[in-house]
Amino acid sequence: MSQPILEFEHVSKKFRRGQLHDSLRDFVPALVKSMVSGRSSENLGQQEFWALRDIDFSLDPGEALGIIGPNGAGKSTILKILTGIMNPTVGRRVVRGSLSALIEVGAGFHPDLTGRENIFLNGTILGMSRREIRARMDEIIEFSGLSDFIDTPVKRYSSGMYARLGFSIACHVQPDILVVDEVLSVGDWAFQNKSTEKMKSILAGGATVIFVSHNLKAVTSLCDRAIYLEKGQIRAEGPVAEVVDKYIRRATEQAREAIDENKPAYIEEVSLRAEEGEDLVFRPGQRVVAEVRIRCPRMSDPVAVAIALRDENYNMFFYVDSARLVHEPLVLGPEEVRTLSFELDLHVAPGNYFLNVALTRPDVDELLDHRGPALNFLVHSEVDVRGVANLYPRLRID
Amino acid sequence: MIHTLREMFAHRDLLFMITWRDIRIKYKQSIMGFLWAVFMPMIIVAAGVVIKLAFSYISEEPLARQDIITISVKSLPWAFFVASIRFSSNSLISNPNLVTKIYFPRIIFPVSGVVSQLFDFFIASAVLVVILTILGVGVSWQLLWVPLLVLILVLQAIGLGVLLAGANLFFRDVKYLVEVILTFAIFFTPVFYDVEMFGEWSELLMVNPVAPILEGLKETVVLHQPPDPLWTAYAGGVALLLLVVSISTFARMEPLFAESI
Repeated sequence: MSQPILEFEHVSKKFRRGQLHDSLRDFVPALVKSMVSGRSSENLGQQEFWALRDIDFSLDPGEALGIIGPNGAGKSTILKILTGIMNPTVGRRVVRGSLSALIEVGAGFHPDLTGRENIFLNGTILGMSRREIRARMDEIIEFSGLSDFIDTPVKRYSSGMYARLGFSIACHVQPDILVVDEVLSVGDWAFQNKSTEKMKSILAGGATVIFVSHNLKAVTSLCDRAIYLEKGQIRAEGPVAEVVDKYIRRATEQAREAIDENKPAYIEEVSLRAEEGEDLVFRPGQRVVAEVRIRCPRMSDPVAVAIALRDENYNMFFYVDSARLVHEPLVLGPEEVRTLSFELDLHVAPGNYFLNVALTRPDVDELLDHRGPALNFLVHSEVDVRGVANLYPRLRID
Repeated sequence: MIHTLREMFAHRDLLFMITWRDIRIKYKQSIMGFLWAVFMPMIIVAAGVVIKLAFSYISEEPLARQDIITISVKSLPWAFFVASIRFSSNSLISNPNLVTKIYFPRIIFPVSGVVSQLFDFFIASAVLVVILTILGVGVSWQLLWVPLLVLILVLQAIGLGVLLAGANLFFRDVKYLVEVILTFAIFFTPVFYDVEMFGEWSELLMVNPVAPILEGLKETVVLHQPPDPLWTAYAGGVALLLLVVSISTFARMEPLFAESI
């Protein structure tokens, strides 16, 4: 068994709310203390909070780990500790090998320098030697698709061109461990495909990758293992599918808990039922009813309820709203509650699906409230077909 | 300290590129371009000549050619020192993106700040050599001292620049303090005058570690004498002490940079 290439040993990180230090009187003792002792205490002072608490994981060479979680869960702090920009308050980070981060593509570009000059500058910043850059220069330019503009100062570039050049440099660094932030959403559709392909080939080449993203589809398709982070703590860790599933269930629960009764109109309850069978487990072709209960305490404009179905890669494959089905406007009185029941025939392949619900004002296209995902359900069948649509295949061999 | 130096050596290509960037950017979109490297010290020389003229007017002694030569020889390193400190002390706060987003040894910034100024210094020096030759300043073996004196000055600038760059990140007060001190330091440093003018007080002026360098350059280049060994050793000692203190302090402060900038 080889040693893990990366280890986080009970890492915690403390931050301070507000101004770092209000005066010289606070600052000098604090600085001296942290310089002498190297790290501050386990206890939280006033205004302090844990951005990360007891994060413990390791990564073997060749593994691809995804880190998911809502905004403010501590993903960026983990990244900063990973890359060595910050030190943990408590705990230890061990890296055995070179590490490079594909974050903030184009950080360190200088607007007055040409694309080619910036490749040299940014490449060395990311840890390549000038010799390596010279060797990969053509490849980088080719990948960015900017060969016509490579000797133009980057300040004349569009933001897309800027990002493409940044990504092209970063993905040619070839470190032992590659840390990837939300960068795969750079550029147009064609470039995104190209970058995803490039990521896959980097992974296939045996690189160790840490991928931090909101994009569950990308995490699912690129990683084997995942960590679900919430409020600075690890909520779940394991095979990517399980962790993503937990994350989604948790998001669903939270959406239910977070009903804001001060909104002018909101979704009170969402349910999905069939006449028979288990809760939230259906058969292909079964008729189900999605019930959405809404309330509009402070609104007298017409509203509409929209439901959308997404597959496990979070791609939407079905959408409908009440305004499309009934043509008279739906207006609720102040204390009125309405339940809208959408009857659906689930002609889908077996798999894991999500139901998203939104409450809108159709006349001005305003989103009043949404639950995304409101529910997560399973469609189960003995006939295993792939894709979303179910065409109920029957086979005859002559 | 050793670790920092080793890391810096491992990132020497980056040091080169950041220095190259600073040099390249400085004169982009300017009509005079590299002529600025010559022009800036010329202004200091001109200012020195005006002051010398005033002196000679009061003392009713004619302005000697040697005075102008001395001022030129001292102005160039002084201009280099001032620009280095100014540039390197701001080098971290002017790159917030790189400080907070990507890891590499931060010490590269202040060091490259000094090295890029050194480039300007060499251009201006080349012009000065031509001028000195025209003015008939001879050559002697004493010139071999010049590289050592310049090296001490560079090390002093790096030591001070690294310390100030780190401090500046925590307190922007440093920026203003440096600005004020650099503006008026020319009065405390023997650039436009020589320390002998102060008689028994001359020792006090030499405590300023830049003073022995400037005096030493005058002695070797203009007077063809060896520099004062004790004061030169003093300047070198200060440079080394400054380097040790600033690099180890910097290394300790470095992990706090990203959250404090």
